[in-house]
Amino acid sequence: MANMDKKKTPIPEQEPQVRNKNFEEVALGYTEEMAKNEAARCLNCKNKPCVEGCPVNVRIPEFIGKISEGDYEAAYEILTSTNSLPAVCGRVCPQESQCEAKCVRGIKGEPVGIGRLERFAADRHITCAEKKACPTIQKNGVKVAVVGSGPAGLTCAGDLAMNGFDVTVFESLHDAGGVLIYGIPEFRLPKSIVKKEVEQLQGYGITIKTDMVIGKTMTIDELFADGYEAVFIGSGAGLPQFLNIEGESLLGVYSANEYLTRINLMKSYKDGYDTPAVKSKRVAVVGGGNVAMDAARCAQRMGAEKVYIIYRRSMDELPARSEEVHHAIEEGIEFQLLRNPVKIIGDENSRVVGIECVEMELGEPDASGRRRPIAKEGSNFVIDVDTVIISVGTSPNPLIKSTTKGLEANKHGCLVADENGATTREGVFAGGDAVTGAATVILAAGAGKTAASAMMKYLEEKKKK
Amino acid sequence: MFRIATKKKLNDAVTLMEIEAPEIAKKALAGQFIIFKIDEFGERVPLTIADTDPVRGTVTIIFQIVGRSTMLLDQLNVGDTIADFVGPLGIPTHIEGIKKVCIVGGGVGCAIAYPSAKALFNAGAEVDIIAGFRSQDIVILEDEMKKVCKNYYLMTDDGTAGEKGFTTTKLKSLLEAGNQYDMVIAIGPIIMMKLLCDTAKPFNVPCTVSLNPIMIDGTGMCGCCRVTVDGVMRFACVEGPDFDGHKVDFDELMKRNSIYKEREQHDREHVCKLTGGIRTHG
Repeated sequence: MANMDKKKTPIPEQEPQVRNKNFEEVALGYTEEMAKNEAARCLNCKNKPCVEGCPVNVRIPEFIGKISEGDYEAAYEILTSTNSLPAVCGRVCPQESQCEAKCVRGIKGEPVGIGRLERFAADRHITCAEKKACPTIQKNGVKVAVVGSGPAGLTCAGDLAMNGFDVTVFESLHDAGGVLIYGIPEFRLPKSIVKKEVEQLQGYGITIKTDMVIGKTMTIDELFADGYEAVFIGSGAGLPQFLNIEGESLLGVYSANEYLTRINLMKSYKDGYDTPAVKSKRVAVVGGGNVAMDAARCAQRMGAEKVYIIYRRSMDELPARSEEVHHAIEEGIEFQLLRNPVKIIGDENSRVVGIECVEMELGEPDASGRRRPIAKEGSNFVIDVDTVIISVGTSPNPLIKSTTKGLEANKHGCLVADENGATTREGVFAGGDAVTGAATVILAAGAGKTAASAMMKYLEEKKKK
Repeated sequence: MFRIATKKKLNDAVTLMEIEAPEIAKKALAGQFIIFKIDEFGERVPLTIADTDPVRGTVTIIFQIVGRSTMLLDQLNVGDTIADFVGPLGIPTHIEGIKKVCIVGGGVGCAIAYPSAKALFNAGAEVDIIAGFRSQDIVILEDEMKKVCKNYYLMTDDGTAGEKGFTTTKLKSLLEAGNQYDMVIAIGPIIMMKLLCDTAKPFNVPCTVSLNPIMIDGTGMCGCCRVTVDGVMRFACVEGPDFDGHKVDFDELMKRNSIYKEREQHDREHVCKLTGGIRTHG
């Protein structure tokens, strides 16, 4: 019997005033009973609009059907037939604007909690499933290289390995996972989950080489010389952007990437790790995306007394997921909306003591379709802070482009690739932030998937020649 | 894991190690650096590559004990391993077209100056080296440096070895004596590099300096290593570490590098807790 409740089955969460002092996961996940209850809300529509909304076309009604039957392993298998990272995606995908946005149940109530169910099936597999031997895959002996072990690279590698290719993933950092490891905080995506999903992929025979900076330790040309027949570049976003205002070199100004890398990758929030923690009392995070929310919520957990989000547009234009904004507000983050920083102020020791902002109002829509923020003259004011975290986006990393002949980039520095991920250099494919600029985990995964199938086609045709 | 092939104490505070890292040894050029992370709990620390042996597959690093990580690294011995060793990072020192050069190294900076001197010497340039130290007991790489230059000038602050005086004193007298250098390459403490650039400026000699800002990933992702050059923000890990010394904002760099000074001091005072290479947690 379908569950006709208009609301999603609530997911247990840590209390806001408790969780804003620890790095444990915020949402605790469904129990079996909750999952079955929520799965029963799915109408198993014939035309499956939800699947269309998913960048990797997860077979949503099918896996949900298996959960309502209590066959959780079958649900997991359906998930992984199109998605290499279900435990990750179940947590960090913006479901509300993808699969769940298309859900028929959303017309007269809340959509089915597809993300929560995906997370349930993946977590249950990780914690409960008996360790099954990985399916034996017929190897075809063709070597392919994947640069970067973030969501784009891992997804691409997973698809290629499952089709028999001999895949090596090259990662520049000391741990695999890319942004999942250095960027997204533990309380939103536990690193143990990322590790498990990476291990799952290694089970398919993928080799991961860490500490390898492609473009430096080895160039793309050397990969080909080494016998790799195709290369996928999923090198991620790259250089952080700053505001180009006075005071950005003061002590206490961080890019969100640096701030988050210190905390997440280098675990400076934990005792016993050598990387110095950034200690702040009053923090301003500039920007309104998911990364800004992550930085602000980390700052709160690192013991700051007051944390502000400074964003130049209004609540309606915040690019972050509504769930993350909601969580941030619950945890006590203060939103300074329609404010734009014009100067960071330092003391005689060059330490940050404040951020000068100007009030903004919204004018006509600009090229991005959002209403253009305009400064109100003379409305300047100062917020007292000792730390400023800049989270206004990134520009592509020049490392690979500058050491690879025939690889074109556009005027923003993003690699030029067609809709299948093929770059201007034969045999080289690319996807994720390296091509599109900063986007989401699932869009990167989708790009990795598209490129994997294009690479297989390319290698097939190459063999015929 | 990366194995330590050799270890040599150059003086009380400075150690030389050869690390087995064949891929980096094959690739590295003068001026480039590596990032090491000692173990699971370690921080990521950049160190300039002092030399390589592509045949043996080793990379030489020379480091001074400054903070916790260099202290722990110094505790390791031949046969021990380092968890992570990444490189070669950064843009190699530009050596084309330089026919006559004065290379100035200050203290442990000589370890970075040496590969540049060697590269230029092997490329056929006329190389003068000024090596500066506080006193005789911390002089390093004297024999090695002498082999890759025409003139080697040793300076000590207290006059216990070579000539008494600073590297700036020597550079000034060489320039005043009419030496026409295509380039001065200065590597060492930030204040020394700044003063050397000031010394060379009236003589219209271009200066290259090798900067050592704090870094984390070393591939341009974190933006921690930003320095202001000619009024523009640059990332030393991917756009450096070498920059035009006449355009670098040294005062800003000095301040940015001082951010963890208190902690480094604290670590040095608590050396007893850290010695033995044993972590008290885990």
